[in-house]
Amino acid sequence: MSDMTHEPASFAFTAEYQAKADAFIAKYPAGRQQSAVMPLLDLAQRQDGWVSRAAMEVIAGLLDMAPIRVEEVATFYTMYNRKPVGKFHVQVCTNLPCMLRGSDDVVAAAKAALGVEFGDMTTDGLFTLSEVECLGACVNAPMMQINDDYYEDLDADSTKAVLEAFKRGETPKPGPQNGRQFSCPAGGPTSLTELTFQTEKA
Amino acid sequence: MLRDQDRIFTNLYGLHDWRLAGARARGDWNGTKEILAKGRDWIIDEMKNSGLRGRGGAGFPTGVKWSFMPKTEGVRPHYLVINADEGEPGTCKDREMMRFDPHKLIEGALIASFAIGAHVAYIYIRGEFVREAEHLNIAIDEARAAGLLGKNACGSGWDCEVYVHRGAGAYICGEESALIESLEGKKGQPRLKPPFPAGVGLYGCPTTVNNVESIAVAPTILRRGAAWFAGLGKPNNTGTKVFCISGHVNKPCNVEEEMGIPLKDLIEKHAGGVRGGWDNLLAIIPGGSSVPMLNKQQCEEVTMDFDALRALRSGLGTAAVIVMDKSTDLVRGIARLSKFYWHESCGQCTPCREGTGWMARMMARMTTGDAELSEIDLLEEISRQIEGHTICALGDAAAWPVQGLIRTFRPELERRIKERQAKTRAA
Repeated sequence: MSDMTHEPASFAFTAEYQAKADAFIAKYPAGRQQSAVMPLLDLAQRQDGWVSRAAMEVIAGLLDMAPIRVEEVATFYTMYNRKPVGKFHVQVCTNLPCMLRGSDDVVAAAKAALGVEFGDMTTDGLFTLSEVECLGACVNAPMMQINDDYYEDLDADSTKAVLEAFKRGETPKPGPQNGRQFSCPAGGPTSLTELTFQTEKA
Repeated sequence: MLRDQDRIFTNLYGLHDWRLAGARARGDWNGTKEILAKGRDWIIDEMKNSGLRGRGGAGFPTGVKWSFMPKTEGVRPHYLVINADEGEPGTCKDREMMRFDPHKLIEGALIASFAIGAHVAYIYIRGEFVREAEHLNIAIDEARAAGLLGKNACGSGWDCEVYVHRGAGAYICGEESALIESLEGKKGQPRLKPPFPAGVGLYGCPTTVNNVESIAVAPTILRRGAAWFAGLGKPNNTGTKVFCISGHVNKPCNVEEEMGIPLKDLIEKHAGGVRGGWDNLLAIIPGGSSVPMLNKQQCEEVTMDFDALRALRSGLGTAAVIVMDKSTDLVRGIARLSKFYWHESCGQCTPCREGTGWMARMMARMTTGDAELSEIDLLEEISRQIEGHTICALGDAAAWPVQGLIRTFRPELERRIKERQAKTRAA
């Protein structure tokens, strides 16, 4: 951590985020406010795009924790970015179920479309590309996560199409990119075909 | 094949309204007050009689687990913690339950909380499931507004709050004591057991930790009766189960089926069969990345339940079926899993922290055959040094795929090494 040039001198939650932080703290019993460290780190990251040392100190103060305890948490969990990332964080799963369905092609297409390697940010600051472990969408493999959304059932072409759309300032529809219904077998369900519920269009 | 009317997750594919009105039309929150009125003992007995075994992988009977909680609340409050940190490679069932059937989980959380004497339940959901957490929070708000949760939930006289807590990308937090540590705001490193969570869990208080699916099926079991659930599946392996079928099948999917369904039927009826036909099958990992793979011959006959898979020295795990056809570079596949466990080792126990790295590096060399024949035994030996020598089961989970590979596909490892050695000599 000798390179501290990207670390800002101070951090403060906006009023909106402070209100959210207070709501999280209230979910835990009195005296157990340390439980809110994860949601507060997430809030700081949502506000700034990453978690700075200054943010960790503010969170430590809010939760009455030693700053080192906050840093321990922030560095243990991979979702907290300890340095700035692009506006769109593209995270490609390469674990076994995705590998079997062609994540090599997705990786190659993403690297080509963005012109960066894993761990790098594009020079315009729009994208950071990361390799991640299983994201839990294995029957819709291969897949990638972009910020809060999953893009599934990818191939090289659809990977490129999704990323090019983001470049144009669009937000492509998340979920399966091959037209299927979530985790239902392609072409139609083999179960749950006989039930009707009075509900639906009531 | 399981009849539709015996399926619990009727919105598994998100074809219907997941919110309260839709959930009620599918039977959720129907008669919850009456179920609670029958009392804790009845609920726990009914869960025991249903034969439900925990759906998170270990297969411990859910009703028995609930009965381990102190009968009355002492100075320390009781907690229910729901493990929604779904991260076992191959597994993607809890996600569908949470985003399309969230009220099944919330209703189950109330009933389970009541049964174990808890007024607060936390759902620990993996951090990447942002949209799923949003659905859960909306469902909780709907339930509170309708008087189903909160003070005097469902008019039962029992107060119950349910909160969602998002993780942040650590597979190890799926281990229950690591999850508790994480929920307390610490690094997710497993605790020594005993004490078990039922005695000393969250905040040092009596705690029950259950998988999403175990909790989400509870209301339907209690509504339809233990006998109904126990009548499905096989003895000691009762009920229904959501299977995740990924990899080299024509139609990867999730599907709810009867426990004990033959693996071959599961794949052919629901997943469109193995790519290139059944004879193109090489191997299957039947229960998520942590269980040893089966070869084709084993896959022909095996049924998908805890006992049958254990008899083959594998396991049902999370029922995540990863299918690999003959085009698969199996050594590379297992090497990828070794890299995963290395990445996810929490670093607390030396055999796992160091051993997973050794295995990953050796497996990377095995992939290209850049090794000596004697190193196959060395790799096996390292896996044995990890297995059983760590606080939690991650070490075992890292060791088993490698052991399974060596046990079942040793000739392939030898072939690669010999081939490379021959090439080196020729050069």
